[in-house]
Amino acid sequence: MADTDLMNLVFGRLRLDDIPYHEPILQVTFAGVAVVGLAVLGVITYYRFWGPLWRDWVTSVDHKKIGIMYIILAIVMLLRGFADALLMRSQQAISFGENQGFLPPHHYDQIFTAHGVIMIFFVAMPFVTGMMNYVVPLQIGARDVAFPFLNNFSFWMTVSGAITVMISLFVGEFSRATWLAYPPLSGADMSPGVGVDYYIWGLQIAGIGTTLSGINLVATIVKMRAPGMTMMKLPIFVWTSLCTNALIVAAFPILSAVLALLTLDRYVGTHFFTNDLGGNPMMYFNLIWIWGHPEVYILILPAFGIFSEVTSTFCGKRLFGYVSMVYATVVITILSYLVWLHHFFTMGSGASVNSFFGITTMIISIPTGAKIFNWLFTMFRGRIRFEVPMLWTVSFMVTFVIGGMTGVLLAVPPADFVLHNSLFLIAHFHNVIIGGVLFGMFAGVNYWWPKAFGFKLDPFWGKVSFWFWTVGFYVAFMPLYVLGLMGVTRRQQHLEDPSLQVWFVLAACGAVLIAIGIAAMLTQFTVSIRNREKLRDVTGDPWGGRTLEWSTSSPPPEYNFAFTPRIHDLDAWYDMKRRGYERPREGFKAIHMPKNTGTGAIISAFSVAFSFGMVWYIWWLAALSFVAMIAAAIIHTFNYNRDFDIPADTVVRTEAERSAVLAAMA
Amino acid sequence: MSAAQDADHHGHGHGHDGGAHGSFRGYMTGFVLSVILTAIPFWLVMGDVLKNPVWTTVIILAFAVVQIIVHMVYFLHMNTKSEGGWTILALIFTVTLVVITLTGSIWVMHHLNTNMMPMSPHDMLHHQP
Repeated sequence: MADTDLMNLVFGRLRLDDIPYHEPILQVTFAGVAVVGLAVLGVITYYRFWGPLWRDWVTSVDHKKIGIMYIILAIVMLLRGFADALLMRSQQAISFGENQGFLPPHHYDQIFTAHGVIMIFFVAMPFVTGMMNYVVPLQIGARDVAFPFLNNFSFWMTVSGAITVMISLFVGEFSRATWLAYPPLSGADMSPGVGVDYYIWGLQIAGIGTTLSGINLVATIVKMRAPGMTMMKLPIFVWTSLCTNALIVAAFPILSAVLALLTLDRYVGTHFFTNDLGGNPMMYFNLIWIWGHPEVYILILPAFGIFSEVTSTFCGKRLFGYVSMVYATVVITILSYLVWLHHFFTMGSGASVNSFFGITTMIISIPTGAKIFNWLFTMFRGRIRFEVPMLWTVSFMVTFVIGGMTGVLLAVPPADFVLHNSLFLIAHFHNVIIGGVLFGMFAGVNYWWPKAFGFKLDPFWGKVSFWFWTVGFYVAFMPLYVLGLMGVTRRQQHLEDPSLQVWFVLAACGAVLIAIGIAAMLTQFTVSIRNREKLRDVTGDPWGGRTLEWSTSSPPPEYNFAFTPRIHDLDAWYDMKRRGYERPREGFKAIHMPKNTGTGAIISAFSVAFSFGMVWYIWWLAALSFVAMIAAAIIHTFNYNRDFDIPADTVVRTEAERSAVLAAMA
Repeated sequence: MSAAQDADHHGHGHGHDGGAHGSFRGYMTGFVLSVILTAIPFWLVMGDVLKNPVWTTVIILAFAVVQIIVHMVYFLHMNTKSEGGWTILALIFTVTLVVITLTGSIWVMHHLNTNMMPMSPHDMLHHQP
């Protein structure tokens, strides 16, 4: 007896049996992860990269490096989330009649939950945040974000959340309660295991990072614009970023609060979301979607911004209807708060409520449609260059319009009663999230890669990736529309009717095409890095860009701009080029910059230990790491050595090198 | 209202004009008001003065709203001009969203409850014919 007490005290509810070493799929995965992980560690050690990795990247407060790290996180997690997708597609393609497939329900349910959680929180969100982090300060002529340390901390908190979710793969299990963890299924009675706890703490930690980075970017855009850049001269990507971050600041606290209430239900036995003792599970649906719907717009607005920049650059024209674009963005921002109930029309709050939210949902398509027309009219009579970013943009316009129209179908409450929780819904939101957010991020990667690294991405592999993704998307998701209309519900581990199988096989083929698209994208990165000398761009402006980020070198110096630019017009860089702008050659001064710090990474590492302790009821670990987090934060406040000056001669030298390169080219 | 003008203005504000960042008098006023606004609801509940829980709740909520405004004015130094109007804009945005969230949730959940069968034993007692 005393033995068990001691075990409980030291290990909480963690036992050796919780490590799923008896499941073959997980064994293979673990072996794969271990081999790749060891290889990466070996390479880092062999090339003595640990020092530079810590000094130049982990502790960096440079918004450009943090942006790049966000996007690396997103791509790594995309591979994990997509592996889940392949497992689901192949399971559904074979699991008919006698055949039970290769995934038992217990495992299958974890996979679809993990897929949703990872794709939204650890792929789409880091992708979007990374883009904004990298581009926004450059586009407004700033040297960094408003709070550089906070930025580093936000990033590492997001990583901690991702690590917490990934640990669940090999220690214990992940949630089986779907990506939004609806009670009562996610309550202590129905999900007594650690799965939902991993979910809660992973999201709670990452959510802190997201909220803080939202505050940071709002402050950056409001306070740090270059002189002359009034709100109506802001690049459209900065406008969409401002609206997105305002939404983040307003919406993410709701998520944190809802998850905190669910945590109380699970840990201390309150009844906010259980029917006993007066709780109400529908209140959870209500609250989580008040966060969840704005979240959709948090993801798509920056993508709209990227498409606007790309369209205007590659058509060689000022964006058609800039002002209407700004107002459309702002209207979407407000309206995104008025539609949340369309996610649960079937809850039964009656005709008047449902019609109100149905109508507001349809109204949202008006500003969105206005945006589509703005892009089309920008292309009209433009000199369109079909480079890879523009290809993604055109594909987006077609795909997103289809997704938007099925969305309007779902906004009709009677239709929603038929299609609710069907594969039609699945097809719809993949249609807008892949065709909108993901295509936008890929356009952004291809568009800004030369800025970040000084060489273009290989266009051949870019086009291969583009075609496989686009075609693969249609092959994978159009069958789901059909199946949804036939009444197939989502999250099925097994189906009886063999006549449906052909559609699932088709969808699985689509997933394979997308897999080739992802492989082609990774090949594109590798090939481009290998051929970087051939793809080199020394001008800093490879596309004939229009906004400020193209006025500095590629990659930009640590301080971004030697002198803060003065803005006279929208499309500031285009305006500067038109008026025969000359780079300043002298008069450089020392530049005041923030210093790197490891505090963000350290606090975040403690937060992983904290959430692990909370998940497994290892109270001493949780308490200890919580105290350590607070202590590290307090110690950081006593660090007065947090800034330095880049000496004037370093600036002179950097700028002279660039002048020489530009002169050699001309 | 460019960033440059803002920055210049702000710089001066830091150097010469402490008023924008509060004074001892301002903080004391805020503090005393907060104490009063906290003490009265506390007394209302502890002394069960009104003998009517509904009205007590309404009055406490009203005091809470006044309390929020006191904090914003005296502690956060918000007025229509601070930070070039950005704080008032942010306030309007926040109030809009909070109102949408609260009224929307109450409206939605009220309709749901009206349409639902009685769930808890407590409700069942009330709904019995």
